[in-house]
Amino acid sequence: MPPPLLGIDGDDHGHVSLMTSASTMESIFPKNAGLTERNYLGLSDSSSVDSSAVSGISDVKRSNLNLKATELRLGLPGSQSPERDPDADLVSAESLDEKPLFPLLPSKDGICSGSQKTFVSGNKRGFSDVNNKVSSCAQTTMINDAASKVVSQDQTHATFGNNNKVNTSNPPAAKAQVVGWPPVRSFRKNILATNAKTNDEVDGKPGPTALFVKVSMDGAPYLRKVDLRSYTTYQQLSSALEKMFSCFTLGQCGSQGSQSLSESKLRDLLHGSEYVLTYEDKDGDWMLVGDVPWDLFIGSCKRLKIMKGSDAIGLAPRAMEKSKNRN
Amino acid sequence: MTSSFPEEVLEHVLSFLTSQTDRNAVSLVCKTWYETDRWCRNRIFVGNCYAVNPRILIRRFPDVKSIELKGKPHFADFNLVPEGWGGYVYPWVVELARAYPSLEEIRLKRMVVTDESLEMVAKSFNNFKVLVLSSCEGFSTDGLAAIAANCRNLRVLDLRECEVEDLSGHWLSHFPDSFTSLESLNMACLVSEVSFSALERLVARSPNLKTLKLNRTVPLEKLSTLLKRAPQLVDFGTGAYSAEFRPDVYSSLAGVFSACKNLKSLSGFWDVTPAYLPVINNVCSQLTSLNLSYATTQSPDLTKIVSQCCNLQRLVVLDYIEDTGLNTVSLSCKDLRELVVFPSDPFIGDVDVQLTEHGLVAVSEGCSKLHSILYFCRQMSNSALIQISKNCPNLTCFRLCIIEPRAPDYQTLEPLDTGFGSIVQNCQHLTRLSMSGLLTDRVFEYIGTYAKNLDMLSIAFAGDSDLGLHYVLSGCDRLRKLEIRDCPFGDKALLANASKLERMRSLWMSSCLVSFGACKLLGRKMPGLNVEVIDERENVNSIPEYAPVEKVYIYRTVSGQRFDAPDFVRIMGKDKDAVYNLS
Repeated sequence: MPPPLLGIDGDDHGHVSLMTSASTMESIFPKNAGLTERNYLGLSDSSSVDSSAVSGISDVKRSNLNLKATELRLGLPGSQSPERDPDADLVSAESLDEKPLFPLLPSKDGICSGSQKTFVSGNKRGFSDVNNKVSSCAQTTMINDAASKVVSQDQTHATFGNNNKVNTSNPPAAKAQVVGWPPVRSFRKNILATNAKTNDEVDGKPGPTALFVKVSMDGAPYLRKVDLRSYTTYQQLSSALEKMFSCFTLGQCGSQGSQSLSESKLRDLLHGSEYVLTYEDKDGDWMLVGDVPWDLFIGSCKRLKIMKGSDAIGLAPRAMEKSKNRN
Repeated sequence: MTSSFPEEVLEHVLSFLTSQTDRNAVSLVCKTWYETDRWCRNRIFVGNCYAVNPRILIRRFPDVKSIELKGKPHFADFNLVPEGWGGYVYPWVVELARAYPSLEEIRLKRMVVTDESLEMVAKSFNNFKVLVLSSCEGFSTDGLAAIAANCRNLRVLDLRECEVEDLSGHWLSHFPDSFTSLESLNMACLVSEVSFSALERLVARSPNLKTLKLNRTVPLEKLSTLLKRAPQLVDFGTGAYSAEFRPDVYSSLAGVFSACKNLKSLSGFWDVTPAYLPVINNVCSQLTSLNLSYATTQSPDLTKIVSQCCNLQRLVVLDYIEDTGLNTVSLSCKDLRELVVFPSDPFIGDVDVQLTEHGLVAVSEGCSKLHSILYFCRQMSNSALIQISKNCPNLTCFRLCIIEPRAPDYQTLEPLDTGFGSIVQNCQHLTRLSMSGLLTDRVFEYIGTYAKNLDMLSIAFAGDSDLGLHYVLSGCDRLRKLEIRDCPFGDKALLANASKLERMRSLWMSSCLVSFGACKLLGRKMPGLNVEVIDERENVNSIPEYAPVEKVYIYRTVSGQRFDAPDFVRIMGKDKDAVYNLS
């Protein structure tokens, strides 16, 4: 037995509030030529067309949309949301006779207010994959610092969304790199970068481009990619990889996806004899990571592999030899 | 009605309908038409490999000769989809091999293709003819060797922008000497050097070869040797186009190009040595398609070439062409239909290159047949956009990327709402739109109002509130693909338009404000949708329901949830044990 609409006096009252809301709505969404007014819950007004899942619509649903909250504003993205009227938001779908639609989420201020900044946007990969191609060394250092700071903060979130918001209000001195922007395929970036790189290598300094290499791990079902230029030390690279592949190592420990396994235990696993980090260099040889200076390493690393310690036994001596031959 | 109309006649009539949309419509008319269509439809297109599954396909269509499958969402091209997300072709190949031994063509886009899959293709279909892999990854040159060695009737091997583990160039030598049916070979994305003599012999024994796109390692000096063997080529892609200038090499190359009377399309041109560009002068007037997007040479050289291409329909070029070059295009290439301008240095804020909105406006003025634009630039104005919309009312595809996110009209500092609004208002045939620059909810109101034919929309760093998304979802009747990143769109608009999502192929939202709770709700209430939350954060299990997800990918499906997803992808709201498969 469906409870009364809107929990107020009865149909009359509900009806009145309906009309008010409808006219308010019209003032906020002025009818343009060709803009058919649609029911906000996605139902067509005409009975013939559209999804059978939702049969008759009711104006009640319209009124329940918090119109104030969707008022057109020209604020910058991320600016304070309009105040929400918690009562108006609730569509008690259960109260309606028709097939229930999902109610709009009960208003939680957390969605749009301060706490969004903690969780909003970016992704973990955002920082590890940040493209560092900037025009000056100072900028590179700054972004590297930013990158290393976040890398060490467990890579829980990136605040690129926030960075860009800042950038709109203050024209940026340094160009913050955003994952996947501009939307140019990576092979296209790489090819032009290779042109630049071949010129730069003559001078002895690496070009300021992103350097994505694949990282595989024995037993892991899929590969990951990292941008070597977003790190400046082996330690950073190592921590990043530990986090990236922690899920596989934990799985192999036998604990079912337990996130509570401490990082130190994980580090032990990786630094102990269990796994070692190796890389394939330009000549196609597999070497242990860490034997050569960082710059030399990123100049010659083609891809990375996390191997079982037992598989990597033969590598160390050759690595030493090779670096001696280079120097 | 049906009894008096023989099926054979119906089948014959239907055989003239080749478009998938038409076939799909036909199959909905009545049971007889459905049955007739399913027995005689042998070209299948699956726009989302997870919208359906092999078993459903095989049950419905008993005789398939050609299949096209698409996997990852478009934003995967820009590294927004983490590796391991999915899109594996192997399960499909296994079933196709069993059900359709006479399958001839496989076309895949953004799928993970393993060597195992390629080997299975090579061994399972003895009349296999066409393999096209676009933006695919996961395989090595060993897989290609298997195809080369086993597919006796292969006609097309087309690797478009794939990520191939290039172990060696030896795969090419696996084509047997008896193999003569090759019509199209595109190996441009491969890195290793192939044996030139093997390549030359292959070309020499392929009289039907029409398309040949070499990779970078084939040197310029050897091009004339190859072209001499294949003067019938229609579509040719050079290798690295650089060498020390030598008159004998030059004249030899110019000579063989002149002999290619059927040549209509050129590409390649890596590392261009400008002195060698004029060898193509004699064929410029034949060209309908020219891709100079790897030619890192300056505007004067590029301009000289395009000024001779009076029949050009498609031009792909770097911003090195500059406004002056585009002005020449507007005067010389009156038949131009499609223009693509890529950025040479996408990550540098200020560049020397003089490419602005003026170049695009010029082309729009001079080239009345222009219908497709992809343009990267660093500044734009509303007035330019309005002009373009008036000059090109027949635009079907307009993709503008202003490199700096949220860049306003550089003259007035206003948002670009009116400019894009003008585009959608004047270009009534627009089916694809990508926007950039500073945009408020207003532009979405325009889009919802006017862009009634819009099929695909890409949005980034735009909008102010859920209203923007609501306008689009409620107004764009034909919208099938919507991809959004870094916009303040959240639960309201999404939930309010949930039923629309079932009428679309897919929706991608990343770095927006859609909450976990909303995704779960949507997944639970809409059994016809898979709501995939892609979230790689470590503490993701302790993040509250009202907090935004990193990425969500929503698509309609009749196949139920998928079981090949990695741990950072959660199909929301579905009971793990429930099987929605209609089997």
